[in-house]
Amino acid sequence: MEKRVLVIEDEPNISEALRFILTRDGWKVDVSADGKSMLGVLQADPPDLLILDLMLPDLSGFDILKVLRAGDGTRELPVLMLTAKGQAADRVEAERLGVTRFMTKPFANAEVIAAVREMTAP
Amino acid sequence: MSFNMLVLTCLAYVILLFVVASAAERAASEGRAGWLRSPVIYTLSLSVYCTAWTFYGAVGFAARSGLEFMTIYLGPTLVFVGWWVLLRKLVRIGRENRVTSIADMISARYGKSNLLGVIVTLLCIAAGAPYIALQLQSIAQSFTVFVSDPEGASLAGNPTLIAFWVAIGLAFFTIVFGTRTLDANEQHPGVVTAIAVEAVVKLAALLAVGVFVVWFVAAGPSDILTRIDAQALPEWEIQPGRWTGLILLSAIAIICLPRMFQVTVVENTDDQHLATASWAFPLYLFLISLFVLPIAVIGMELMPAGSNPDMFVLTLPLYLGQDGLALLSFLGGFSAATSMVIVASLALATMVSNHIVVPLWLKVRAARNLDSGDMRLLVLSVRRLSISLVLGLGYLYYVITGGSGALAAIGLIAFVGVAQMLPALLGALFWRGASRTGAALGLVIGMGLWFYTLFLPSFGPGVFLSAQVMEGGLFGQSWLRPYSLFGLTTLDPLLHALFWSLLLNVLVFCLGSFLSFPSPMERVQGALFVNIYDRTGPARSWTRPVAEAEDLLPIAQRILGVSEGQNFFRAQAAVQGKQGFLPDITAEFLEALELKLSGSVGAATAHAMLAQSVGTAVVSVEDLMAVASETAQIMEYSAQLEAKSEELSRTARKLRDANEMLQKLSVQKDAFLSQISHELRTPMTSIRAFSEIMMDSDAMSPEERTHFAQIIHDESIRLTRLLDDLLDLSVLEHGQVQLNIGPVQLRELLDKAIRSSESVQASRKFRILRSRDPEGIEIVTDAGRLTQVFINILSNARKYCIADDPQMQIKVRERKGMVEVDFIDNGAGIPRDKQALIFEKFSRLTDSMQAGGAGLGLAICREIMHNLGGDIAYVPGQGGAAFRVSFPRVLTPRDASRKAARSQAEAAE
Repeated sequence: MEKRVLVIEDEPNISEALRFILTRDGWKVDVSADGKSMLGVLQADPPDLLILDLMLPDLSGFDILKVLRAGDGTRELPVLMLTAKGQAADRVEAERLGVTRFMTKPFANAEVIAAVREMTAP
Repeated sequence: MSFNMLVLTCLAYVILLFVVASAAERAASEGRAGWLRSPVIYTLSLSVYCTAWTFYGAVGFAARSGLEFMTIYLGPTLVFVGWWVLLRKLVRIGRENRVTSIADMISARYGKSNLLGVIVTLLCIAAGAPYIALQLQSIAQSFTVFVSDPEGASLAGNPTLIAFWVAIGLAFFTIVFGTRTLDANEQHPGVVTAIAVEAVVKLAALLAVGVFVVWFVAAGPSDILTRIDAQALPEWEIQPGRWTGLILLSAIAIICLPRMFQVTVVENTDDQHLATASWAFPLYLFLISLFVLPIAVIGMELMPAGSNPDMFVLTLPLYLGQDGLALLSFLGGFSAATSMVIVASLALATMVSNHIVVPLWLKVRAARNLDSGDMRLLVLSVRRLSISLVLGLGYLYYVITGGSGALAAIGLIAFVGVAQMLPALLGALFWRGASRTGAALGLVIGMGLWFYTLFLPSFGPGVFLSAQVMEGGLFGQSWLRPYSLFGLTTLDPLLHALFWSLLLNVLVFCLGSFLSFPSPMERVQGALFVNIYDRTGPARSWTRPVAEAEDLLPIAQRILGVSEGQNFFRAQAAVQGKQGFLPDITAEFLEALELKLSGSVGAATAHAMLAQSVGTAVVSVEDLMAVASETAQIMEYSAQLEAKSEELSRTARKLRDANEMLQKLSVQKDAFLSQISHELRTPMTSIRAFSEIMMDSDAMSPEERTHFAQIIHDESIRLTRLLDDLLDLSVLEHGQVQLNIGPVQLRELLDKAIRSSESVQASRKFRILRSRDPEGIEIVTDAGRLTQVFINILSNARKYCIADDPQMQIKVRERKGMVEVDFIDNGAGIPRDKQALIFEKFSRLTDSMQAGGAGLGLAICREIMHNLGGDIAYVPGQGGAAFRVSFPRVLTPRDASRKAARSQAEAAE
């Protein structure tokens, strides 16, 4: 069965790039520019992987992660967090909140794919 | 001899004196002034008592009133020979208390009362003026007598003019001499040495004239005595009352005259010098008065009738063709006058600055809450001004009185004036009950009577007191006649004034002292002054130890602290070869303990405490006084400490504030860097991702390829614009921007801005409503920068205005030299909670890239407007988004420079 990934990213060009490389790797890709509207969807029908930007309008990546880790269905959901802020403190905070992988922008496409594969390996 | 020659001689003499003074000063400052501090120099400097009055006036006095001139020398002689105990006490107190003048002495004794200082200063100035006038008069007279040269006649024939120039010269001389530096003790070794030289010159001159008269004009001593007998006139008879009064007066004067106080007390370096002076100064007086009578008698015999006897010392040698001797005599008189003027004006200037000007100045500064700053220059300037003032007053007295009075009469007026200080001064030295109130009342009463009965009448009838008052008394009351107060008609004016002023002065002084209650400060000062010799020095020894070490240890611990007290006792015991904390109570131990304690509580307190504990000594009143004064010092010190610590905590608070601000700035900087990083990394992420895609994807449609290349291109431009904005902002924020100021029409700028902004979402229709009329104004500013702001606002409107029929209204208004341009669109406007944020850096309201900018646009606009001396603001409640741009119609560089201060203030918020 085709694996599903949800990309929450407010920069359209970046989400377009992610969509392209993930699709090429065989994923079914959904994209959203904000996380707030996605919370319900995530809880009701969690994807196989979530790629989450940190700096978002309304709810931040941290807020979303916190909600996910508190929900029954999403506690184990693999989450790859991407951020352009690049501060060490953010990585520490993300790991404290239970992120699966943390990567800074700009990223190498191959690294994202490798990380995604590793995170979803059975 | 020509007038000019005479002036040159005087100048040469003054320069000589100046050289001597400078050499002495240098020697003193280099510490090799042993010879300067000899009793001989001290005695010679005392001769400042002998002024031009002595030099010229004594002969005149003798010619007019016979032997009476002797009284002026007898008084001081009696004081120096018979009452030098008083002088010694005066000198000791003066030195121990670092007294700077007679005013300082009296004010210090009576509780450091500045009121008394002011009264005494005023009295001394009033009494000093006639005395200085006397010197000016005598120098002027000596010039006119000496010069028979028609070439200088214009000046030589005008004594007032000569007196004027002499006053100016002396003021200059005294300023140069006496106010070169500021010494805490007010000692002037240079001046004293110069005065000593002058003392020798005047004595030598008078002796030379005397010897010439006795042995060369007359035929020796016996001949002179015969001639004196032959001259005997009725008024030569001794009047016992007048003699007593004059001797008393001159005795008082030698103690109270400000200049005598200066040389006797203030300039004294060793009280042993008084022992020498007690015989040497009377000897000097004897020598200087020795030939007065012979000169007077020969002068009366030989000189033409009507010649001024005051000038015999000078005119006699001249008349007899002895020009050299006459010149020497002239220099002697010049010396006598100058030495008096220099010392007197120095002493008076010290009083004026210390008791009147400086306290006033400090009060004014305290009222304005200013630091007192460096007082040295102020004090020196005040001294210089005061010297000029004192000499000016002397000259004024000379001019008003017409310079006609006999020299001796003028001097005696001054004597009676300074005599008013005697009761307060004697009380200070010998009577502990004397109080400030008594002293002040006595001084004021005595001074008032002296003014009324002697000083004012001395100007002559009609100047200050009308002839009517002189004859009929004040308000027509005959008992108020200045010369016969309370109906006392039997005394001559001088004695009359002396009698009443001193009598009432003493009475009021005593009554006031009995009836008033002295302050603690007065009591302490009184005890210290009166019992100056009783106070034992710090070297007191312990003879009869009674107390036990057990008793002393707690005392020591209480003062030194427990462990330090124990350590001290153990160390002392160890010195005595004992174990433990309890040494034997030996004299050595007690002395060591006292020394140790005095480090904490002061010597007197330590002594009193131990004396009590040991029980050997009775604590005297003086000990208690010393304790009190020590305590006062400690309190003052602790008050100073308190002030210091307050200052320190103020500084600490300032530092804390500065630190907080720095931390705030540092946080701001971190946030800014983090934002920049985000803004840079975001486009770079797209660029990298798509370039990698294009590199490793073989199968890609040309449309896709073009699309991805387009994204890379757009994101590169976004990066470049971000960097440009950042650099622009940095330049604007630091005020380093080069403004290109010039005249331009506002309408042109708006046209250009609208054209430039049309490229943003060019497909959308966007209506702009303008009012052409007010736009026509001419402005002077940086057109490029202002256009940049307009473009930014217009572009934002094009991007964000979501109305179906987007339009913008531009309104222009001019008010008080400021131009306001409002840009109002018909969109949704900016939410209230965001209005404050929009001008901050990176404050994009929507995080979408569609906006295109990095959120720096409005921040840049605000910086630009500040640089242009104006502002940009959001105007709420206008329907849509509304921005108001305001700026001065004519920008001057001053408006622009205000910007720096403004940005700094904002950074601190």
